[in-house]
Amino acid sequence: MTRAEEEVVIHERKTLGFWIYLMTDCVLFAALFATFAVLKNATAGAHGGPELFDLPFVLIETIILLTSSFTIGMALLGSVRGYKKQTFIWLFVTFALGIVFLSMELYEFMVLISEGYGPQRSAFLSSYFTLVATHGIHIAIGLLWMAVVIVRLWRHNFKKTDINRLALLGLFWHFLDIIWIFIFSFVYLIGGMA
Amino acid sequence: MSPKLDHRHSPAKYISYVVGFVLSLATTLLAYFFVVNELWPKESLIYTVMGIAVVQLVIQLVFFLHLGRGNRWKVLTFLFAVLVVLVVVVGSLWIMQNLDYNMMHMSPDQMTQYMSENEGI
Repeated sequence: MTRAEEEVVIHERKTLGFWIYLMTDCVLFAALFATFAVLKNATAGAHGGPELFDLPFVLIETIILLTSSFTIGMALLGSVRGYKKQTFIWLFVTFALGIVFLSMELYEFMVLISEGYGPQRSAFLSSYFTLVATHGIHIAIGLLWMAVVIVRLWRHNFKKTDINRLALLGLFWHFLDIIWIFIFSFVYLIGGMA
Repeated sequence: MSPKLDHRHSPAKYISYVVGFVLSLATTLLAYFFVVNELWPKESLIYTVMGIAVVQLVIQLVFFLHLGRGNRWKVLTFLFAVLVVLVVVVGSLWIMQNLDYNMMHMSPDQMTQYMSENEGI
């Protein structure tokens, strides 16, 4: 086996390990989705989804996250091909989009809580906050990881192992995008139907 | 086993991300458009949105996550995860719906009365 082939094998092994983690994370979210679906109508006399959700706002959030999923893919392709400047630009764009997404989500939570619809108001809101905030925490950790990857790429001048880290971060970010698509469809679109 | 540096292990192409991005954007806007304009009755609208979500899942798996490239175990673990997710979600909904039906939103006293009258318990 040549050196290049060996590197591919090692990277493939690490990718598979990370992939299995993502699949277990899927199961975590499945449990939260099932909880939400069961408690959807348990509003304890308060407002439910149709009155509380601001669909245009959530659509913008969705498009922002979707775009960031695309830009991190661009960053990864750039790094593999050795286009350093391009990689940094795409990574910074992704990071900025992630920050905007997280801020919008926190703003949405703050509006709900300030109007008296915090997680303690009803079982529906408890399950809603748990599901959406768990996704938000994943995004926050992803952003932290992204910052580390950016600094490492900068300091170690695109070492092969750092590019592989970026590839795993890309997987993580795409995975969060898929989870959000399901949150958008099931929680906001279906849960927001009158 | 020495995996060769064949097509499965070569880096993905730009076009894959562009196509994935455009298709995801289109499906998201389509689902949003259907729901906001209430094109169908609620029941069929729910199934439409669920269907579009699954289509978008496939789009992102193929064009962003490149499922099928690299290690073949990825596909197997993914299929297993799908199985577990379906068991958890469908199973929970099934059980809870049954419970919901059997409880029929009664107080405990009414429930006892109902059961002694109708179910012979």
